[in-house]
Amino acid sequence: MIALEAVERRFGERVALTGVSVRVEEGQTLVVLGPNGAGKTTLLRVLAGLLRPHAGEARVLGASLPGEAWKLRGKVGLVAHEPLLYRELTPRENLRFHARLHAVAESRVDAVLDAVGMADRADDPLAELSRGMVQRVAAARAVLHDPPLLLLDEPWAGLDPAAVELLEPLIGRASAKTRVVVTHDVAGGLGESDLALGLKAGTAAPVADEAAIRELYR
Amino acid sequence: MIGTAIAILRKDLTIELRTRESVPAMVLFSVTVFVLFHFGLDRDTLEGDLATGVIWVTLLLAALLGINRLYVAERDQGGFTGMRLAPIDTTALWIAKAAALFLYLLALELVALPAFDLLLLEPGLDGALPELLPILLLANLGLAAVGALIAALAIETRARDLIVPLLLLPLLVPVIIASAQATEPLLSAGQSPDDLAKWLGFLALYDVVFVLVSVAVFDFLLDD
Repeated sequence: MIALEAVERRFGERVALTGVSVRVEEGQTLVVLGPNGAGKTTLLRVLAGLLRPHAGEARVLGASLPGEAWKLRGKVGLVAHEPLLYRELTPRENLRFHARLHAVAESRVDAVLDAVGMADRADDPLAELSRGMVQRVAAARAVLHDPPLLLLDEPWAGLDPAAVELLEPLIGRASAKTRVVVTHDVAGGLGESDLALGLKAGTAAPVADEAAIRELYR
Repeated sequence: MIGTAIAILRKDLTIELRTRESVPAMVLFSVTVFVLFHFGLDRDTLEGDLATGVIWVTLLLAALLGINRLYVAERDQGGFTGMRLAPIDTTALWIAKAAALFLYLLALELVALPAFDLLLLEPGLDGALPELLPILLLANLGLAAVGALIAALAIETRARDLIVPLLLLPLLVPVIIASAQATEPLLSAGQSPDDLAKWLGFLALYDVVFVLVSVAVFDFLLDD
């Protein structure tokens, strides 16, 4: 499902990822931990086909990156730092727009809005919603096209416990989808992971216990 | 691809109707420039080549305001990322942006031309409108095609406000030459537009070339 071997990514002279190797099978959850600026978001964007790896081998959902990145289009659900939604539109308008991009039936829009508990606020401008509500709509957008792979960057940030419970079947472990989750919640992250990867200054290593994670953040 | 382009265009027009960020600024700018010319030239009326120059340069500079803002929502609100994750031909984005700019220019001209007529033009536009319309449509198409391409090229740069005019204005010199040459007889008393067909053909050829170039290269502009 995901196979990275010695993947490297640079931004000019700065090395953001180097020697990153990991393998994730279908249905597994990989949790990525690490301090700010470690390269976690860069790793997600490489996996989504949005950034080219500059060295190494990367295969995601059978697509060899960067050459076959186009094959990933429509197969990845991304919850990023920014919600990838337009502030001037309502949640319903935003999701209808993404439904058209993904050739998804509009009836699915109402279904996911209901699933994230936003049916009542679906016609309010996004700019008037709280951060947690926007995050719920962002999660709805990510699963609108029922992608087999979820790439989640701090997906639970800004959500209250009720919202976390609501989103669990969609983007949590209960979704049974292959997931890569970037988080700073060490205990929660390890709890939902099949594999855990520590990133520090662009280099990666498996982390299995809290001592290794403490070392990561030192 | 056309269905996707329509969806993006509809989204852009909805956002423009709610924010009123581009078209009102373009209109206000052009009317202000006409007033400045009115006082700067110290003339109550213009005609012929002077009127032609004032109107086309003003429309071109007003268009820059809209072109600079064309992709701001996509960059600031993650639209580029959202579209690159979707199974679409990203050329649809260029088509939508060019179509949006074309409509913004039409809206601009609907207000700016009567304002110019009222403030400065003598003789008036009334008799010239049937010939002026195809010139405007073809010039708008060229402006929209090249503007949507250059704006995409510049949007991820820090100096985009500088890069857009620096790259765009030289590319639009042929549009200005052809539009001005075609318009000048229409704004001059007693002149017939003998060369109109030639200049319209030139504008159409320019449009075809830049539409083809844009379609060929746009996908690469969004790539990492």
